[in-house]
Amino acid sequence: MNARSAIPLASAALALLALAFVVPAATAADTVDPVADAKAFQKFFTDKFPKLKPEDFVNGPYSMNEDLHRQWEEKEQFPPYEFSLEAGKEMFTKPFKNGKSFEDCFPNKGIGIRQNYPYFDEKEGKVVTLELALNRCREASGEAPLSYVRDDMAALTAYMAFTSRGKPMDIKLPNDPRALEAYQQGKEYFYTRRGQLNFSCATCHVQSPGERIRAEVLAPALGILNAMPIYRSEWSGMGTTSRRFTTCNSQIRGVPLDPQADEYRDLEYYLSYVSNGLPISGPGARP
Amino acid sequence: MKIWVLESILAATLLLAGAMSALAASTEAEFKAAYAAAEAANKEAGSLRNQWTTTAATLAAAKKAADSGDFDNAVAQAKEAEALAKASIFQATSEKERWKDLEIR
Repeated sequence: MNARSAIPLASAALALLALAFVVPAATAADTVDPVADAKAFQKFFTDKFPKLKPEDFVNGPYSMNEDLHRQWEEKEQFPPYEFSLEAGKEMFTKPFKNGKSFEDCFPNKGIGIRQNYPYFDEKEGKVVTLELALNRCREASGEAPLSYVRDDMAALTAYMAFTSRGKPMDIKLPNDPRALEAYQQGKEYFYTRRGQLNFSCATCHVQSPGERIRAEVLAPALGILNAMPIYRSEWSGMGTTSRRFTTCNSQIRGVPLDPQADEYRDLEYYLSYVSNGLPISGPGARP
Repeated sequence: MKIWVLESILAATLLLAGAMSALAASTEAEFKAAYAAAEAANKEAGSLRNQWTTTAATLAAAKKAADSGDFDNAVAQAKEAEALAKASIFQATSEKERWKDLEIR
């Protein structure tokens, strides 16, 4: 064998060797294992912030910074979301024109069930979020749907979250390949970079929790939805999960999708599932 | 000598004509072509669910410049919008696999 023919052969051997290592790694990465994901996800954050207890993460930036934590404790004496809670309770129990109310659409009249949302609806083959379920309830009674990003929707979810405080997030993955696919799509959305700033959700909430982005302290992704909806001082009002997702997209110069687009529903499913076991703390307050 | 001078004048005239055509103002037709290309690229980004707000803003700026008759600026903005849209397509395409690099395992 001369030197000329030896070089391509050696290259081919090297390429095959590289493939032998690459292919199993790719297969492993493509295997969907939500239980292992959730375990690794929670471990990542508890390792990164060893002083925090798992349940502390639901307090977002307040768990990352002592000064902020003190401010939050003071804020909780007269919580800024209180007005929303009262409005939410009134709306939730007030009958629609047909005599029914939100209480008729939910198990246990909607009390203490926030931790079960979103869920995968096997009949529809899609994820159903709490905000979506609330609007479907209205529409079933002939009422116009509420805006997903405005105060009324936030008031309703605030009330439902408040009645569920302390209950551990309990998102189920039924034995249905479509549920697993929705979970996986949500995961992909979470880690995918988008917008001109080339940020993914994970850029801020996995790589940089506790760090500042301008004046804000970034919240950890773990337990981030347990506190929804939130009163944000920056918004001078309440914000729903839909508002949070769409605003995150526009802040990184990406055109937001419609609230409750399949991608956002799947994202909420994934993020809630990996925070299973952490207590519901909503409604929350954020700087 | 005379022939040399005539040749020089001719060459200079040709050069000047070339330069003038290069500096010629953009036309409405050029703007329309550039805008259509940018819009098509942005539509493709939309089908990938990955449009950028800056693309939309630059397209709007191109339209505004064209409406005021400033086709040089309009063409420049449309080309910028096309470049932004193409970058968003590249991002969406490359992220199909690259997102896994960030995944917590």
